[in-house]
Amino acid sequence: MDVKNLKDYLHWLYYQYLLITSIYVLEPWEQTLFNTVLFTMVAMVIYTSYVFVPIHVRLALKFFSGLCGGQQESTVALIS
Amino acid sequence: MARMADLPRNGSLTFQTSQDHSKSTTSKNGFHRSCQENGISNGVHHRSRVTEGFEQPPMYVAVFTYLGFGIVTLFGYLRDFMRAVGLEKCHVAQEREEQKDFVPLYQDFENFYTRNLYMRVRDNWNRPICSLPGPEFDLMERVTDDYNWTFRLTGKTIHGVINMGSYNYLGFAENNADFLKTVAETTMDYGLGVCSTRQEMGNMDIHQELEELVAMFLGTESAVSFGMGFATNSMNIPALVSKGCLILSDELNHTSLILGSRLSGATIRVFKHNNMQSLEKMLKEAVTNGQSRTHRPWKKILIVVEGVYSMEGSIVRLAEIVALKKKYKAYLYLDEAHSIGAVGPTGRGVTEHFGVDPSDVDVMMGTFTKSFGAAGGYIAGKKELVDYLRTYSHSAVYASAMSPPVARQIIRAMKCIMGQDGTTVGIERLRQLGENTRYFRRRLQEMGFIIYGSRDSPVVPLLVYMPGKVGAFSRAMLERKIGVVVVGFPATPITEARARFCVSSSHTREMLDKVLHALDELGDYLGIKFSRRRYIDELDS
Ligand SMILES: Cc1ncc(COP(=O)(O)O)c(C=O)c1O
Repeated sequence: MDVKNLKDYLHWLYYQYLLITSIYVLEPWEQTLFNTVLFTMVAMVIYTSYVFVPIHVRLALKFFSGLCGGQQESTVALIS
Repeated sequence: MARMADLPRNGSLTFQTSQDHSKSTTSKNGFHRSCQENGISNGVHHRSRVTEGFEQPPMYVAVFTYLGFGIVTLFGYLRDFMRAVGLEKCHVAQEREEQKDFVPLYQDFENFYTRNLYMRVRDNWNRPICSLPGPEFDLMERVTDDYNWTFRLTGKTIHGVINMGSYNYLGFAENNADFLKTVAETTMDYGLGVCSTRQEMGNMDIHQELEELVAMFLGTESAVSFGMGFATNSMNIPALVSKGCLILSDELNHTSLILGSRLSGATIRVFKHNNMQSLEKMLKEAVTNGQSRTHRPWKKILIVVEGVYSMEGSIVRLAEIVALKKKYKAYLYLDEAHSIGAVGPTGRGVTEHFGVDPSDVDVMMGTFTKSFGAAGGYIAGKKELVDYLRTYSHSAVYASAMSPPVARQIIRAMKCIMGQDGTTVGIERLRQLGENTRYFRRRLQEMGFIIYGSRDSPVVPLLVYMPGKVGAFSRAMLERKIGVVVVGFPATPITEARARFCVSSSHTREMLDKVLHALDELGDYLGIKFSRRRYIDELDS
C-alpha cells in the first residue's frame, strides 16, 4: 500500500515536472532529449562542484588567512 | 493592480442610478418591481462591481510560463532545423524549391508559432460536434497518429459531454419542437434564403418586425439588423468615422471592432482596459491638442468599448464612460455582443446593469449569436443614425438580408425574454443564469482558482498560465466528459493562457456540480490553484 502511494506520488511529481517545464507538449523523443540534456547538465554541475569546490574552498581559506596574516604583519611592520 | 485603479475623484463623474429608463419594457415581467420592493437599487451593481479584479499570480508562475515557452520554442527551432536539412518531413506549406530566393513566406513568428507550438496541442480545438450544442452535446471521437498533424475519426461518438464553452447564455440554442414552432412556420412560409440585399429585394416584413422589437427591447428610437455580427462591427464603424476622426479603443476589444476601426482610416488610440484615467488622459489630450500634425480639432471622437469582455469577463465601466463622454463631447460605441440578454435584471445588457439611459449611448451594437441562439447583429440608437446606416453601411447595402427563420428565432427569444409570449420562461432563465453565474464563480473562488472578471458576468475565465497545463487541462476535462474552451497566446497575453467557461441558464445544478468537482480534482492534480486570496463571502450568498 505504502509502496503504491509512493509510486503514485513519484508519478505525480514527474507529471508536475512535465507540466511546469511544458515539455508535456513535446513528443516522447524530444522529452527524452530534454531529460538527457538536463540530467547531464545537473550531473556535471554536481560532479564539478564535488571535484572543485573543496579545492577552491581550501585556496580561498588560504588566501584570506594569508591576507589577514599579511595585513597584521604589515601593520606591525609599520608601527615598528 | 493597476487595472483596478480607482476612478478619478472628479466631481463630474457621478453615477446616474435612476431606474426609469426601462419603465415601458420591464413592467411586464414584474422583476423590476420586486427589486424595488426589496430596496435594491441599481446602485448595488456599482458597488459590487468594484470587487471585480485581476489577481496577480505568484512570481514563480510567470517565471515558469516564460521558461516553458522558451523550452518549447527551442525545440521548435530544432524541428525547423531538422526540416530544413531534410531529417524530417515538413507537413505544412513551405517555399517551393524554385522560389528559394524569393521573399520568404513562412518564416514570420505567426507561422513558427502555428507550426511548432500550436500544432502540439491542436487536438484541444476545433473538436467536431455532432449534436445540438446545448448544455450537453455529442463529440465525434478523433485520434491522431502523428502528433496532431492529421486527425482521424474513429467513427465513435462521445455522448453527453457537458458544454461549458458555448455562448448559450439563456439556453436558446435548443431544439424543442414546441418552442420552435413559429420558426418552423416561418421556414414553411418564407424558405431559408433571401438571395438579395435589404436595399433590393430582401426587405421583408419580418425584418421590420424584428427591428421594431429590438428597438423596443433596448429602449432606443430605432434599430437596424444585419446578417452577421462580425460584419456589423467591421462594416459600420467605417460608415460612422473616417479620416480626421479619432477612435479611442479599449485594448481588449474584439477583432471585429479592431478591423472596423482600421478600415475606417481614422486615427486609433488604445487605452488601458477599463481604465478611466487612461481614457480621460487621452480624451483630454485629444481635445486640447487636436490632430497630430495639423492641430486641427478632431472631426469626431468615438470611444469604442464592449459590454462584457469575452476573454476577461469584465464589465465595462459604463457610468464613468458616459460621464467622460459627456464631459469631453465624444461619441460612444458600445458592443453588447456578450452582455445583451445576459446582463441586467431583465436582460437589457449593461445599460440596465448600470442604470444608464440607453439614449446616452450613441451607438448600441449587439449580436444575436450569443444569448438569442441565432445569428446576426444589430445597431440601435437615434433614428437619424439608424437611417444613415441603412443607406450607407456596406453590410446593409451589399450583404444579403437575414434569413427569415433566423429572424423569427430572434423574435421568439426576445419576446420570451420580454415576457411577451405570455410565459415567465424568459425571466426564469435570466434568474437562473444569474444564480448559476454567481454559484459557479463563488465555488471556483472558494477552491482557490484565479478567475477574472465581474461577479455578474457569465463569462468566467480561469487562469491556467503555463502552456503545458493548458493542453493537459483540456484533455483531462474531456476525459471527464466536459468540454471546455482553452485560450492561449494570440488571443491572450503570452503569460495569461486560460480556460474560459460560459455559464448558461440551461446548466442544471448537477451539471455545474459535476464540472466543479472535476475542476477541484484537476486543480489539485495539475496544480492550477494559484490564488493567494482567502475568499471572503461577499454580500451575496
Ligand atoms: C464583442 C464581439 N463583437 C462581435 C462578435 C461577432 O459576432 P458574430 O459571431 O455574430 O459574428 C463577437 C463574437 O465573438 C464578439 O465577441
